[in-house]
Amino acid sequence: MSDHHSDHHSDHHIVPQKTYLAIFACLIGLTLLTTGVAFIDMGPFNTPVALLIAFTKMLLVIFFFMHLRQSSGLIRIVLLAGFFWLALLIALTSSDYRTRSWTPVPQPWSASAPPTHP
Amino acid sequence: MTDAPAQLEHAGHSGHGDHAHQFENMEQQMEADSLGIWLFLVTEIMFFGGVFAAYAIYRWLYFAAFEGGSRILDIRLGAANTVVLLGSSLTMALSVRSAQTGNRKALVWLLIATMILGGAFLGVKAYEYNQKFVEHVVPSLDWAPEGAALAHLAPGGLDHAQLYFFFYFAMTGLHAIHMIIGMGLLLWLVLGARKGKFTPHYFAPVEVVGLYWHFVDIVWIFLFPLLYLIGGRY
Repeated sequence: MSDHHSDHHSDHHIVPQKTYLAIFACLIGLTLLTTGVAFIDMGPFNTPVALLIAFTKMLLVIFFFMHLRQSSGLIRIVLLAGFFWLALLIALTSSDYRTRSWTPVPQPWSASAPPTHP
Repeated sequence: MTDAPAQLEHAGHSGHGDHAHQFENMEQQMEADSLGIWLFLVTEIMFFGGVFAAYAIYRWLYFAAFEGGSRILDIRLGAANTVVLLGSSLTMALSVRSAQTGNRKALVWLLIATMILGGAFLGVKAYEYNQKFVEHVVPSLDWAPEGAALAHLAPGGLDHAQLYFFFYFAMTGLHAIHMIIGMGLLLWLVLGARKGKFTPHYFAPVEVVGLYWHFVDIVWIFLFPLLYLIGGRY
């Protein structure tokens, strides 16, 4: 494992300029795509498609511009942990809001109790 | 860096070419620098994540109002600004590369280019903010939509539309503050790069600011569809 690491770092991992330009071209292409797709009615799929394109763009930036491709496992795990907690934050918050109406809120006993002094 | 001369191991931090005394070698120091900024970026994910989660809930609750609100935004300005910011990420990535290859002149100019593109982004953003005042769709401060804006906002309820614009200003505002901080860091890098502070053996500040700049870019990558595109223009 550690041999693998030093191999990775010894060449100082300089990414060729061509790679950066190609990734930039992909990012611009995806920006035009997501803008164009907004003009097409896809029913409930407009938002998922827009988010999917944004997610793809994020992966391109993280792996190439931010060098995650050459980063160590430690850094990858730190980032993954960040996304895991973000997923927890969004999943638990939205599950609360979405299920609140499933069970009726009990009335306080005083609201339903018959008057004690008629 | 296994071939680093042994005397450097004891030289401490006399120059920028060698590592600080608490590290085994330059490799380990670079790893620690990167890990530090990544940890910070994870806290930033949670910081923006809270706002994104709140946005998701209210968008789900008041979808019609959010849709109407996003129709008022100028999709062309949003898309153009996305391209500008992606361009600044490209020049930032190339800056780091210039530092790695030891091309000082290219490093200075690419950093300046990144600042110019960042400034252009903020300029367009300022114009858009001004448009919101012209259209009277600034929540609390100037909330009196009329004409076409009113026609877009009325179906979802004006109060809920106002909530959308609260999110619009909070999210783009937080993003803009991060950009302004990034511009300050870039200026600091330009000054250092002109003095030749960064070499192929020591360029951690360029790398670290680069990671921060790309993170801010990623936030915008999500803000653009969430704020500008949900309204669907069909």
